[in-house]
Amino acid sequence: MPRKPVAKFSVDHLQVLDEKGVVDAKLDPNLPDERLLEMYRWMRLARELDERMLKLQRQGRLGTFPPNTGHEAVSVPVAMAMGPKDWFVGAFRETGGRLVRGEPLTSPLYYYNGWEEGNILPDPALRLTPISVVIGCQVPHAVGLAFASRYLKEDAVAVCFIGDGGTSEGDFHEGLNFAAVWKAPVVTIVQNNQWAISIPRSAQSASQTMAQKGVAFGMPCLQVDGNDPLAMWVAINEALDHARSGKGPTLIEAVTYRLMMHTTADDPKKYRDEAEEKCAWEKEPLIRFRAYLGARGLWDDAKEAALAAAVKDQVEQAVRTFETPNDWADDTAFDHVYGTDHPHLHEQRAEFLANVRFDGGKEADHG
Amino acid sequence: MAKLTMVQAINLALAQEMEQDPTVLVLGEDIGRDGGVFRVTDGLLEKFGSERVLDTPLAESAILGTSIGMAMAGLRPVCEMQFCGFSYLMMGQFEAHATRMRARTHGQITLPLVVRMPYGGGVRALEHHSESREAMWAHLPGAKVVLPSGPRNARALLAAAIRDPDPVVFMEPKHSYRAFREEVPDEPETMPIGKAQVVQPGTDLTLVSWGAMMRPTLKAAAEVAEKRGASLEIIDMLTIAPLDAHTVTESVRRTGRCVVVQEAARSFGPSSEITALINDKVFLHLEAPVARVTGYDVVTPYFGREKHYIPSAGRVARAIEQTLDF
Repeated sequence: MPRKPVAKFSVDHLQVLDEKGVVDAKLDPNLPDERLLEMYRWMRLARELDERMLKLQRQGRLGTFPPNTGHEAVSVPVAMAMGPKDWFVGAFRETGGRLVRGEPLTSPLYYYNGWEEGNILPDPALRLTPISVVIGCQVPHAVGLAFASRYLKEDAVAVCFIGDGGTSEGDFHEGLNFAAVWKAPVVTIVQNNQWAISIPRSAQSASQTMAQKGVAFGMPCLQVDGNDPLAMWVAINEALDHARSGKGPTLIEAVTYRLMMHTTADDPKKYRDEAEEKCAWEKEPLIRFRAYLGARGLWDDAKEAALAAAVKDQVEQAVRTFETPNDWADDTAFDHVYGTDHPHLHEQRAEFLANVRFDGGKEADHG
Repeated sequence: MAKLTMVQAINLALAQEMEQDPTVLVLGEDIGRDGGVFRVTDGLLEKFGSERVLDTPLAESAILGTSIGMAMAGLRPVCEMQFCGFSYLMMGQFEAHATRMRARTHGQITLPLVVRMPYGGGVRALEHHSESREAMWAHLPGAKVVLPSGPRNARALLAAAIRDPDPVVFMEPKHSYRAFREEVPDEPETMPIGKAQVVQPGTDLTLVSWGAMMRPTLKAAAEVAEKRGASLEIIDMLTIAPLDAHTVTESVRRTGRCVVVQEAARSFGPSSEITALINDKVFLHLEAPVARVTGYDVVTPYFGREKHYIPSAGRVARAIEQTLDF
């Protein structure tokens, strides 16, 4: 038996809109004008919220959070393409997509200011799972959700997000392997933003692409320009159709860039070159999408100014709601340990409340 | 009513719960065609098909991780860890998500799932196959940890665990899998999770144990009762988290003496917690210090020398007598 190749593969890269906003007419999905404008508005709103959250955090009015600026073209088109029964399984850099899905603007404010109320959806039927802080865990969750939707004959797809750093986690590999073996209707999107806190893409994986990791599991994969919302639109629709037709999972690598810090608790100056950041800002998604809309005669400076004022106002209203003192109880943690009643928690709640009263409702002194 | 081993009783609970609730499904390594390495799931694949009895790839974290997703979507997955010693690979999923999802979402998302795993020593198995690590799970708020001791309560508690609204770690004493049989009713039966059971009332001393240690505990109690005419109350904890402190402390309030028998290493285990609760609630009723018969704080030795490390009926009997004589 001679030595011979037993497997060959290639990975496509998809870009519809280049950095200048010039569209490839053959690949343009030709979305209706209203859909394009809707997409841009969501991206713009997500950007505004992110910028405002950074100011709030710097002013001590919000806790630590991971900025999303630059990632808008990944999750917004994805969420817009999803159906109401599909599951949106996020990590923590999908603010735009979460808003599209129906999460209120106040949710990230509450969440990142230390209130579980930021996880509570206005309606559980939105099918939006809570932010997953531990990296990678959400991939098997999405596969389980996808399996369940097929089992329950719901015709729903689970769409899961993870970062380039997350591809090194065991749960990423275990989850994709289960997805492929089960032919589960799940789409996994790697937001390759080049940095996992201080670790660059080159030190994270020796794979030429993140997309090709799907090949090893036996699923279709595609690398997409993640700063190009039209390419993301094309890619996610292909993957959703593939899943809905019973053919199983897809892996999409969305190549983007983390323009800001990992979270507000670190300073990228310590570990990356500012010239690299400057170059990345020229490729960011809003610039090219605005140019494309302008070229289609859908956008101009006056419309931009009006939208800027509108999203600023929307975010301002959410901040006002968020900063209105709430009357949420201190002892809610005792309500949600179990779905059944247990005496030791009654005793400990009484002890907790007595101690809060003893502290006189003031901030407890922890030395 | 049939006389069943624990393996058969657990199999019966799984089959009956799957029959009466189409959202119940089982998944794990080798649980389908092979019926599980201990044959606990034998016959389920033939009965319920491969969409409800899933032979998974070999990955504990994804077995629990996908179960979490299934439970979020409204199913009731019962997943199997082939051995307790392999379960640590899914502990991240368990701590980060299974135990927290209810609190994280204030009850909007709940995870009714069961993680079954055989635990404990005495079956001449390889390394990693003999530990008793219930404390690791019990320490996590939001977790329920159940350890049956015989066929009848194993069947009833597993049925209750499957119907429970929270994640339950169901630890099966593999030493008792086929060691003895009990009458098990044909009709579905449940027992409450979080309730200990007084299996023998008595007045002189309270014996507390759970899981595989109930056998040496009962044997020792019979020996001492016969030898000295002592009246021993015996409590089978059945659930370790949340712990039924009331049943234990009310017993010790009456008897004033207590011996706790635990297979696991001594420190930071349920026996420590039970002793602390007795101290909190009934200290002034004690006639003697609470005695503990436990494993030692050592890495579980291979089975060539495990017999002296697992608490024996003799050790338990000596502790009972010392506590009675204090």
